Amino acid sequence: MSEYLLEVKDLSVEYQTDDGVVQAVTDLQLGIRKGETLGLVGETGAGKTTTALSIMQLVPNPPGVIVKGEVLYKGVDLLKKKPEHMRRIRGNKISMIFQDPMTSLNPVMTVGFQIEEAIILHQKVGKKEAREQAEKMLELVGIPKNRIEDYPHEFSGGMRQRVGIAMALSCNPEILIADEPTTALDVTIQAQVLDLMKTLRKEFGTAMMLITHDLGVVAEACNYVAIMYAGSVVEYASVEQLFNNPKHPYTKGLFNSIPSLDEEVDRLNPIKGLMPDPSDLPPGCRFHPRCPMARDICSQQGPKPVSVSEGHMVSCLIYEGLVPGYEEE
Amino acid sequence: MDYVLEARGLSKDFTTKKGLLKAVNNISFGIKRGETLGIVGESGCGKSTTGRAVLRLVEPTAGQVLFEGNDITKLKAPQMRQLRKDMQIIFQDPFASLDPRISISEIIAEPLRVFNLYKGGNGEKRVAELMDLVGLSKRLVNTFPHELDGGRRQRVGVARALALDPKFIVCDEPVSALDVSIQAQILNLLQDLQTRLGLTYMFISHDLSVVKHISDRVAVMYLGKIVETTTSSAIFKNPQHPYTQALLSAIPIPKIGQKRKRILLEGDVPSPINPPSGCIFSARCPYAMEKCKTQSPPAVESEKDHTVSCFLISDKL
Repeated sequence: MSEYLLEVKDLSVEYQTDDGVVQAVTDLQLGIRKGETLGLVGETGAGKTTTALSIMQLVPNPPGVIVKGEVLYKGVDLLKKKPEHMRRIRGNKISMIFQDPMTSLNPVMTVGFQIEEAIILHQKVGKKEAREQAEKMLELVGIPKNRIEDYPHEFSGGMRQRVGIAMALSCNPEILIADEPTTALDVTIQAQVLDLMKTLRKEFGTAMMLITHDLGVVAEACNYVAIMYAGSVVEYASVEQLFNNPKHPYTKGLFNSIPSLDEEVDRLNPIKGLMPDPSDLPPGCRFHPRCPMARDICSQQGPKPVSVSEGHMVSCLIYEGLVPGYEEE
Repeated sequence: MDYVLEARGLSKDFTTKKGLLKAVNNISFGIKRGETLGIVGESGCGKSTTGRAVLRLVEPTAGQVLFEGNDITKLKAPQMRQLRKDMQIIFQDPFASLDPRISISEIIAEPLRVFNLYKGGNGEKRVAELMDLVGLSKRLVNTFPHELDGGRRQRVGVARALALDPKFIVCDEPVSALDVSIQAQILNLLQDLQTRLGLTYMFISHDLSVVKHISDRVAVMYLGKIVETTTSSAIFKNPQHPYTQALLSAIPIPKIGQKRKRILLEGDVPSPINPPSGCIFSARCPYAMEKCKTQSPPAVESEKDHTVSCFLISDKL
C-alpha cells in the first residue's frame, strides 16, 4: 500500500470561530496512485473542499487550523515543508481546478496572461516561450489559440472551465485536484469537460482527485471512490465494488435518494433528517442519528475502518460485528 | 380537454443592446388537472421565462395563456390579482427568495395578509396548519430564514405557495440548490401534497432524472422552443429529437458496466439573440440536412401523446 503518490494520514482540520470549534475533517485517510482517479463524494459540509485545501495548504488561517496528520507526496510530508518550498510544488507538481469558473479567473487579466503566469513562475522560460506553451495548452483543451488575448467574460461557462483546466495542466502536474469541476456547467458541456479530462489523464498519466456530489460523474470518470460524511471517510472502494456492493448505510441511502433515469420508481427513499452541525457532532458514529440500522452501541462507540474485501474499507460498527441483529453482515 | 393551464403560441422577447432576445419563441402546451408537466432544458433555453410568462410575472409578448379556459393575458390588474390565489410559484433559491428580516411564520402569513384573510385566530391557525403540512416543526415558528438549512427553507417556500390554496403551482428548479438526500425529501413532499390537495404542477428543472421522476409528461426546450413533448417514460425509452437524445446521453448515470453510446454535442448553445435560421438546433445537430438550415420543422405527432419538431421525423410520416 505504500506505492501511493499522494497519501493523507490521520488528517484533522478545525475551524476555530467565535461560535465554537468546527471539526471540518477528522482522522481522514486517503491515498491516490499514479494515473488513478479518486472520487471524493459527499454532501455540503462533508469536508471535501477542506480536504482538498489541506493538501494544497490553502486552508484559510485563521480560522482554519490543521490540527494533526500528514500529507505525504512521494513519501515526504508536505505539512512540514516551508511556505517557499510548498510554493514550488503548488501549481507545479500538484495543481487544482476550482468549482466556479466564473470566480476563479481574474476578470481583469487576459486568459493568456493567467496561463503564462504559472508557466513563468515554475519553469525557467522566457515570455515568448511561455506564450507558445500557453497557446499549446489552450488548443489542447479545445480553445482556438487566437483567443489567448481575450478576457474571461468573453468566454462561456464551459470554455472558462477549460481555461481553468489549461492553467492547472500548464506545468504538467503529477496530481490534479478538481473541486466540483463540472457542477456549474450544463450536462452537455459537462460531458465535453469530463471527456477532455479523461483524455488528458490517459495522455499524461496524471493522478486525479475529483471532488463531486454526483455519483453519476463518479461512475463515469473515477477508478476509486471515497464517500465522506461529517468530516470522515465512511467508505472507500473501487468504483466496481462501491456501485455493485455498497456497504455503509450512508452510501446505500445516497443511492436510494437519486431519482433513476432508467427505472420506474414511484417514491424515493431518502435518508431521514439532516447533516449534523459540525460544531456539535453527535457522539459515537456520526451517522447514527440518521441511520436506519442504528442500535444503542452506535451512539457510544465510534467505528474503525475495517476491510470487507480486498481494497474495500468501511467504517461502520455493523462490519466490526458489534451491532446486535446484524452480526451476519 | 380539461386543461388547467394552456399556452398557445406563447412568446416573450426582451430588448437588449445587441438586438431582440427571443427567450420564448412561439410555444404551445397544455397541463391537465392533477398532472405534472416537466419542462427541461439547459441554461438560457427559456424554461424559467416560460414559467414566469404563464403567471404573467413577465408579460408575454404574444400568444395566449388560458387558465381554466379563460385567457388571462387580457385580464386587468385587479382581476389578475384575484386570480393569483389560484396560481403560485416556488422559486429556485431558498436563500434569495425569503425575506431575511421577517420570521418564517410571517413569511408564510404574508399571502394571507395580502388578501385580507389573516383575521383573528384564523390566520395563526392557518399558518400552523401549513407548517404542519410541509413538515416544519412548531418550534420553528419564530425563527428567521438564516437559522434554517436549505431543505427547511425550501419547505417555507412551499408553505407560502400553498397558503392561498392554489390550484396550479409553477415549481422553478425547487430542488436544484439542495443536496441529494434533502432533494429526495422535498420531491417526496411535493408528490404527497399533489395527491392530497389535487394540485397541478409545472415543474421546471435542468435535471432530467428529477423531471422524469416527478412528471407525468415532459417538454424539452432548446433556445426558446419546445422540441419534443411526451410522457415521462417515453422520453427515456424512445427519445426522438436529436437534442433530446444528446441530452439523455450526456447525463452520467450512477451505475457501472452500462456502455451507452454518447452523443457529444459540439460547441455551446447559440445565443438567443438572432438565433440560427431554420431549425434552431441545426448548428449543433449531428444529422443536420440542407433544408434544416433554412426551414423550421413543424411539430408533428409521431405516436400517441408524442410531439416532435424535427424533419427526420416529419419526413417519415
